[in-house]
Amino acid sequence: MSDVQILTGNQAAAYAVKLCKVQVISAYPITPSTPVTETISQWVERGELKAEYIRVESEHSVMTVCISASTVGARTFTSTSSHGLLYMHEQLHWAAGSRLPIVLACVNRGVGAPWSIFNDQQDSIAQRDTGWIQIYCRDNQEILDSLIQAYRIAEQVYCPVMVCYDGFILSHTMMPVAIPDADKVCRFLPPYKPHTILAPEDPRNINPVIFPWQRRDAEGVLRGGYMDLRWKLQHALEGARDVIVETNRDYAELFGRDCGGMLWTYRTADAEVLLTSMGSLATEATVAVDLLREQGIRAGLVGIRVYRPFPRAEVREAFAKVPAIVVFEKDISYGYEGALCSDIKASLYGTGNQAPIHNFIVGLGGRDVKAGELTEAVRSSLAAIASGEKEKQTWLNCMTE
Amino acid sequence: MPEKLFKVHKEEHILPGNRACSGCGLTLAYRFLLKALGENTILTLPASCLTVLHGLYPTTSVSIPALNCTFASTAASASGLVAGLAAMNRSDITVVAIAGDGGTFDIGIQALSGAAERGTDFIFVCYDNEGYMNTGTQRSSATPAGALTTTTPVLTKQQGKKDMMKIMEGHDIPYLASTSASFPLDIYEKFVKAKRIKGTRYIQIATPCPPGWAFSPRDTVKIGRLAVETGIVVLYEIEDGKFRFTGRSKTLAEKGTRAPVINFVERQGRFRKMSMEQLGRLQRSVNNKWSEYLRRAAE
Amino acid sequence: MEQEKDDNLSAMCKPAAGEAGNTGDWRDATPVIDLTKCIASVKNRPACYLCWLYCPEGIVTAGVPIEIDLAYCKGCGICAEECPARAITMVMHEEGKP
Repeated sequence: MSDVQILTGNQAAAYAVKLCKVQVISAYPITPSTPVTETISQWVERGELKAEYIRVESEHSVMTVCISASTVGARTFTSTSSHGLLYMHEQLHWAAGSRLPIVLACVNRGVGAPWSIFNDQQDSIAQRDTGWIQIYCRDNQEILDSLIQAYRIAEQVYCPVMVCYDGFILSHTMMPVAIPDADKVCRFLPPYKPHTILAPEDPRNINPVIFPWQRRDAEGVLRGGYMDLRWKLQHALEGARDVIVETNRDYAELFGRDCGGMLWTYRTADAEVLLTSMGSLATEATVAVDLLREQGIRAGLVGIRVYRPFPRAEVREAFAKVPAIVVFEKDISYGYEGALCSDIKASLYGTGNQAPIHNFIVGLGGRDVKAGELTEAVRSSLAAIASGEKEKQTWLNCMTE
Repeated sequence: MPEKLFKVHKEEHILPGNRACSGCGLTLAYRFLLKALGENTILTLPASCLTVLHGLYPTTSVSIPALNCTFASTAASASGLVAGLAAMNRSDITVVAIAGDGGTFDIGIQALSGAAERGTDFIFVCYDNEGYMNTGTQRSSATPAGALTTTTPVLTKQQGKKDMMKIMEGHDIPYLASTSASFPLDIYEKFVKAKRIKGTRYIQIATPCPPGWAFSPRDTVKIGRLAVETGIVVLYEIEDGKFRFTGRSKTLAEKGTRAPVINFVERQGRFRKMSMEQLGRLQRSVNNKWSEYLRRAAE
Repeated sequence: MEQEKDDNLSAMCKPAAGEAGNTGDWRDATPVIDLTKCIASVKNRPACYLCWLYCPEGIVTAGVPIEIDLAYCKGCGICAEECPARAITMVMHEEGKP
């Protein structure tokens, strides 16, 4: 059966890659993701994992190698953080447009300038428009489970998947992680069948220039223009919701662990205020929920697991009747507000729910966030709401003068 | 000469009615390198003139499988193909990356250096038309000093041409070669040889560009030939560190005759503002290069 | 917009001639071959074929006689320039005529 070990988040990620029998790994070091591929390189060099391991010279090349290897049919993986993810931004767009089932572990870290090596989620949130599926992990077990699920989702919908987890907070702390049986994982994960054809037997030109308009090919078949192909990506991402939910359900049946599908909830049934967040911050927020409940406030938490495709339907259902919403996030869309807050607001548009939504920007560049601070933040929001403030953006525990 | 011609693989892998310019030096070179490589090849190419030759969706003008990639990433794209094909047990397929001077000398240099340093088993081809021609003739580090481009439109390019062959030689790779679109059989022979070698192989092809260099399309082969006759372009190969002239350059080396560089320069509109000083520097750099090559060939 | 099914998930092209249309339309001068001068025709056997060698488009058929595919010839004139027997002439089109 499964074997429980005490693992860091990075080690858990590496084990998932081994279990999924990934064939091509391309890697570049960046704190705090480096140990993932260091662990994998040990296995590859000792012959415990049969894979091509390419020690590329930059993250731009990391994603390029994943793209071309995936195009010819190999299952690929990489891990990165912060500036590494930013450096491959162009290639993230290219991978999604190419409809390749690449899986990337993003170990969330703040971005410069100035330099931060510590955790926040600006790096992956800033990639939300690229066409990648994004999953955020609560704990080290979920890192392993979500990465395995990611391959099945990616290879079914032909979209790349980014599995995100908080740098240092999860990547470097140790938790018990059940490592599933390798044969069971093989059964869960069918082999990858590429839709791309790159072979001498059937020569094609892949991803050339494309016109804005539709155009007939030499056989007279009408083929799409740029916008038509891009609609297919959007359509696939929207349809991925069902695949994500079903994959999580199948995984839960086979392995006994449920990651929550699109989102998960904690003590939301009778809530007078709902907190919402992603990743380990959401885990911390469950402690805040318990503290608030002890103080007589009926708080609940909605943990967003899948950020893209955004769980609009699930959010509408979870927040349907709640009179107050507090969004905690480790990112900011400069010049406006937190990205998650905007997306929550947009999801509730047209539902009739006029609840005040308060936004707390927390923990940027690794600033510590304690459950007690989250509790106080909710209390101050409720007070502000009571005096009529429907919208508010607060940077928690920060010099704002 | 006719016998050599007839041995060359007859099938055309570039289909007619393609989008390349009339008289394009790249198209001529590409015809022969594809003949040498044959069908068991996968190409990868970045944004460049070649992308346009390959055609717009949903039709392609080239009957060899090809993967387009972003401008900076050509050699990394090839690295991924080599890794993926190895994982799929198809390492019998030759992986060829082909980029212009921009995608090799400038934006593509980092990925190329990385791939070469890792000893990646692929052929990297640079077609050198001495500028960013696909975007309308902007200067690159391969543009010679004295040339007018749209980004050096008044003063001409001030810096001399970057010696990419020397940079690639610094990577300890088994095969490097310099050839020219005006010598298709030299191209053919070098690619037949390169295909059989394992490891990173770098081949640079001088490809004249009628609109970019400002000469009539009918002169493409003549201009390319003049580059070789004047010694500006040298036909050679370096195999396991051993330097060897080939073809017409070998004859020039043996006979000691090279035409003055002005013969090449005076026929092209891009050099109309070239100063006497720049011309002098060009002649001296060609002379110096030949001294070094002659010494190496004699070893 | 027509709603035919395009089964491509991403952009994958198949090879075919004429991607840019009939590129013969591009030219303003047409190559004309004088078979009394062309070496292969004079010798009545395969010979020379520099026009075949140097044509960037690969549209010269190296036969006896040689043939140029005028549907696709872009009129660059390299064949005329390189022919050692001066057997090919680029004949300019009349103004306004193809």
